[in-house]
Amino acid sequence: MKDMRERRNGTQVLLVEDSPGDVRLTLETFRDTNCAVHLHVVADGMEAMSFLRREGTNVGAPRPDLILLDLNLPKMDGRQVLALIKEDNGLKTIPTVILTTSAAEADIVRSYQLQANCYLCKPVDLEVFENLVKSINDFWLSEAKLPAQN
Amino acid sequence: MTAIGGDSCPVEVLLVEDSPGDVRLTKEAFREASASIHLSVVSDGVEAMAFLRHDGAHANAPRPNLILLDLNLPKMDGREVLALIKKDAGLKMIPTVILTTSVAETDIAQSYELQVNCYVSKPAQWDAFASLMKNIIDFWLSKVKLPQKRPMELARNQLESGLHK
Repeated sequence: MKDMRERRNGTQVLLVEDSPGDVRLTLETFRDTNCAVHLHVVADGMEAMSFLRREGTNVGAPRPDLILLDLNLPKMDGRQVLALIKEDNGLKTIPTVILTTSAAEADIVRSYQLQANCYLCKPVDLEVFENLVKSINDFWLSEAKLPAQN
Repeated sequence: MTAIGGDSCPVEVLLVEDSPGDVRLTKEAFREASASIHLSVVSDGVEAMAFLRHDGAHANAPRPNLILLDLNLPKMDGREVLALIKKDAGLKMIPTVILTTSVAETDIAQSYELQVNCYVSKPAQWDAFASLMKNIIDFWLSKVKLPQKRPMELARNQLESGLHK
């Protein structure tokens, strides 16, 4: 992530995900689908907040246009990360999509209460997972209007 | 892929839109997409709030799983409706998508400040509008997990299932 400062153009997406397999699949699908996407990956909730707040080694981190957030994460849980993002006046306008294996109604309701922008379940099937990542790209990065970088 | 309205009850969508042409196109797009989506339509912001609060003639209104909200509306503006929805603890978890002709940066920014779930702009051409509606239906009603119940029902169900163990 050394060249983060130079990568101001294009679409910045932050993926908060601890599963290496899911990270790789998401990276590959974005690379094949939309070459304008710069996918930044952090593997736990603490690192996600540090990236968003540009702390420590993340001092040059770009502001993401979209956040893809897993719920079950080491160090700080995705629910807590979501609450912190949506409580922060500087961060709450960044669309935050929950991407998790949990299909529990309690997690879905809780996430929407915390103002997640949308909630998606990660399918176990590889091809379905790829299609879902493509749908995220097609809907959020082409159909939806995102707030301008500030 | 998840079937739309796969559960026993249909998916309830509330469209808040004052343009009769857009209402008609939206209805057609929904009818073509799935028979298990029930679309309710109100044409101004005051009626939208009455529908959501089950006031007056809307006493038996279904609770929507998704709201499609125009910004420029008679009586009460869509921005005000959005602010009221997102301030209301009972309504704020209903995903609300702004669907408007405005592409003004201030409208986009203000809507996200008010915690809109997503902002989409309506194209002027008929076929582009139809394609947009298809994409909204495909993403929001077949990919996205929408909340099915309100929190109180959920808590009650959890309590009841605990009691029956």
